[in-house]
Parts: sequence; structure tokens; C-alpha cells
Amino acid sequence: MGSGPGGGDGKIAPSGRVAAGSAIEFRLDPGSGVPTYLQLVQQVEHALRLGYLKPGDQLPKVRDVVASLAINPNTVLKAYKELETKGLTAGRPGQGTFIQATLSQVALPELTGLRRSLSGWLAAADGAGLDRDGMVALFSSALRDFYERRRGSRTRGSPASGETEGVA
Amino acid sequence: MNVVETSGLGKRYGRTWALHECALAIPAGHVTALVGPNGAGKTTLLNLAVGLAEPSAGAVTVLGGVPAGSPAALDGIAFVAQDAPVYKNLSAGDMLHVTGNLNHRFDRAYAQDRLAELGIPLKQKAGRMSGGQQAQLALTLALARRPRLLVLDEPVAMLDPIARHDFMATVLAAAADGVSVLLSSHVLAELERVADYLILLSKGRVQVAGQVEDLLAAHRMLSGPAGEADRYADRPVVHVRRGEAQAHLLVRAGAQNPVPDGWEAHPVGLEELVLAYLREPGAAALPGPARGRGATMTEVAR
Repeated sequence: MGSGPGGGDGKIAPSGRVAAGSAIEFRLDPGSGVPTYLQLVQQVEHALRLGYLKPGDQLPKVRDVVASLAINPNTVLKAYKELETKGLTAGRPGQGTFIQATLSQVALPELTGLRRSLSGWLAAADGAGLDRDGMVALFSSALRDFYERRRGSRTRGSPASGETEGVA
Repeated sequence: MNVVETSGLGKRYGRTWALHECALAIPAGHVTALVGPNGAGKTTLLNLAVGLAEPSAGAVTVLGGVPAGSPAALDGIAFVAQDAPVYKNLSAGDMLHVTGNLNHRFDRAYAQDRLAELGIPLKQKAGRMSGGQQAQLALTLALARRPRLLVLDEPVAMLDPIARHDFMATVLAAAADGVSVLLSSHVLAELERVADYLILLSKGRVQVAGQVEDLLAAHRMLSGPAGEADRYADRPVVHVRRGEAQAHLLVRAGAQNPVPDGWEAHPVGLEELVLAYLREPGAAALPGPARGRGATMTEVAR
């Protein structure tokens, strides 16, 4: 079974170094099979969804990312270019790369509340004897049903849901 | 601009050609990995590029057409030989002094700051330093010369994982500052993270050369029924791994090429690609006639 409560896998770098002026630090998972540049892109998107990054925040400087992860500078440039193409960041000449848009739909305090109620559900599922894979399967299935039901009710074209359809 | 360009380059020791008919054009602005089995000619090629050896045939130029070994070439290239050689009896400060006096451009302040950052006292004798510190000292002296091209021969072979990470971090930070890097390496696993240009040498010849991104985009792993594997003998197949029922073919094909019915296509990683070519010395992936532009490649010769 999994580790005990709160036993996350958050590793602290031996140096405990925090890049000056940047809200996040990148990490690499060499075994994931995900290309390195894409890992960086996904970490920024993930941090945006969870509210760790918000518009105006500066991403770590290319040279700092290169020096802390020992990766090719062109890989970092490619990731930053991709984020810019997606409209999530903007480069300011001579200054660096800054967050321009947000992916998180709710504010951080609200997110904390949602996370707490989800933790409660996880504890209940654990108590009922569900293991990690079981929880993932149940959550994914419920999520799928939720969106299918929602789409179903919309495409049936009930007059009540008409106004949400207006956005195209 | 090409940082290293060779044509018909060869080096003979006695009756053996350590390097033969080598045609390369390594563009500036890359971290280039030079890989290949022992005795493939990696060190020979590096020695020719930095001017430590004279060609037996052909020519090699550096930094956009400067003859290798000429004063202008020596001025713009820094070389760290295998096992990061330093004078064991000299202190870090003495090494800095000597290197500074032997070079007309030497950034003493950079070298001192860097050694302080690394926690290497100037009074410390090189022979008393750890392998990682000796390597960092050699690298610091090389970078203090402010080269445009940094050449490293098996720089991390003898280092433990942390020393290796820190050493490569310094090299890649220099690359981020605009220094082109050419390094030979045995450590395939780290290659994909570090290098964006690849040269594979085999038996003194260039077997694969190109930008890593282009090479990966031009190869796919096809998995399907073993009985049908031979049907694709006419396709540019680099390497075949065959079980009783299933076979895996590494083929020269991009995402735009159709996948045969009943077969699955997967992207390949750099390590997988290099291993496949190492196992098939007869296959090659080289830049086409427009050498140096990087993107175009000729068909694989099987």
C-alpha cells in the first residue's frame, strides 16, 4: 500500500537553493518518457492551474534552469517559446519571461477548500478499503459520467440551458 | 557558421586509419555529443579539431573556416583532455597564474570567482582535490580563456553522479552564454538532456550526424507480427529485434509516413536510436548534399 498520510514525494534539493525572483523551481523525471521541454511546459501549466503561478510572475531565467537541471539551453528556450505561443507567457527583452494569462479558474483559498473536501473523500475511500488505483479508477469514471451527463443535458437543447450555449 | 568542418579528413597511425573519409559540418550554437564505441576515432577527431594532431588526409577547419591549430583557432578554442589533467603539484592559484601567463586572453576575475563559488581554496594543491574538484578546476581554466568553442574529451567518465551533474551544469551554463560545445561521451543515458546535435562515429567513419530533434523526428519504432517483418525489407529499416510472435523495427520514417495495418508506431528516444545504429554499423543517417544545413538527410544505406 501507499505511504502514510502526508507522505508526499516532495524532495528538497540538498542545497535548498531557491532561484531568486522566481515562484517555481523545475524538476525532471528522466523515466517519464515525456520529452524534457514538454515536462517544463506541463509544470508551468500545472502551477498555473494550482495557483502557484499568477500573471506578472517571472519564470526562472533560462541560464538558471540550465545550471540547476544540467540540461541543454535550447530545450529551455523551446519550452519558453511554446508557452509564449500558447499565450501563457510573454518575454520582456533584457528582463526575462513573465506569466501573462492564467489557467486556474478559481482562487487559491477556494482551491484549498476544494482540496480539503477531496482529502476527506480520499480518507473515506481508503477507509472503505479502496487502494490508490481503485480511487483513480472511481474518480476518473465519476468525472467522465459528470461531463457526459452535462453534455447530454446541453445537447438535448432544453430551453433552460440555452443561455450557456450562447458562447461560441 | 560551422564551428568544426571537415572534408575527406583522415588520420593514420602506422597502417591503421583511426579516422577515414570524415565529412562533417557542426553548426555553431549547439551542444554536440560525439559518441561511438572504443576505438571509433572520437579522441582522434577531437585532437585534429583542436590542432593537437595533423591530418594524414583531407582538411579540418574551425570557427567558420580557420585552419585547425592556427593561432586564430587556438585563441578561440578551449580544450579539456580526457580525465581533466591538472598539474598535481601545483596549487589552484599557481595553475591560474600559469594559465593566465600562457594565454593572451584570460579572465582572471572570472576564474577566481568561480573557484570561490566551488569552494576550492587557491592554496589547495590539485593533487589533493577530489576528482570532481580537479575536473571543475580544469573547466574553470578553460572557460576563463573565454572560448567560442569548448571541446571536452570524455569529461565526466571518472566522476560520481553529483560531480557529473555539477560539471555538466557549468558546461551547459556556458552554452547558454553562447559558447558552442563539442564533447565525447560514453554516457548515453544523459545524452538526450544535454546534447542537441549528435555525431556517431563507428570504426573511424561518421555513421550518424544531425540535430537531435531532426534525427528523432525522422525515426519510428514499428511493432507488429514477426511473420510480416520481412515484408518491410524494402523500407529503410535500421535495426530489427524479433521475437517468436512480435518484431520491432527501427525505421527511417517520420510521423507523416503511414503505419502498416496491424503495426504500431512509437517515437524513439536518443539512447534507443544510438544503440540501434551501434548494433548496425552498416546503417547510416547523414546530412544530404546540402551539408551543414542540418535538416535534409539522405536515405539510410542498409
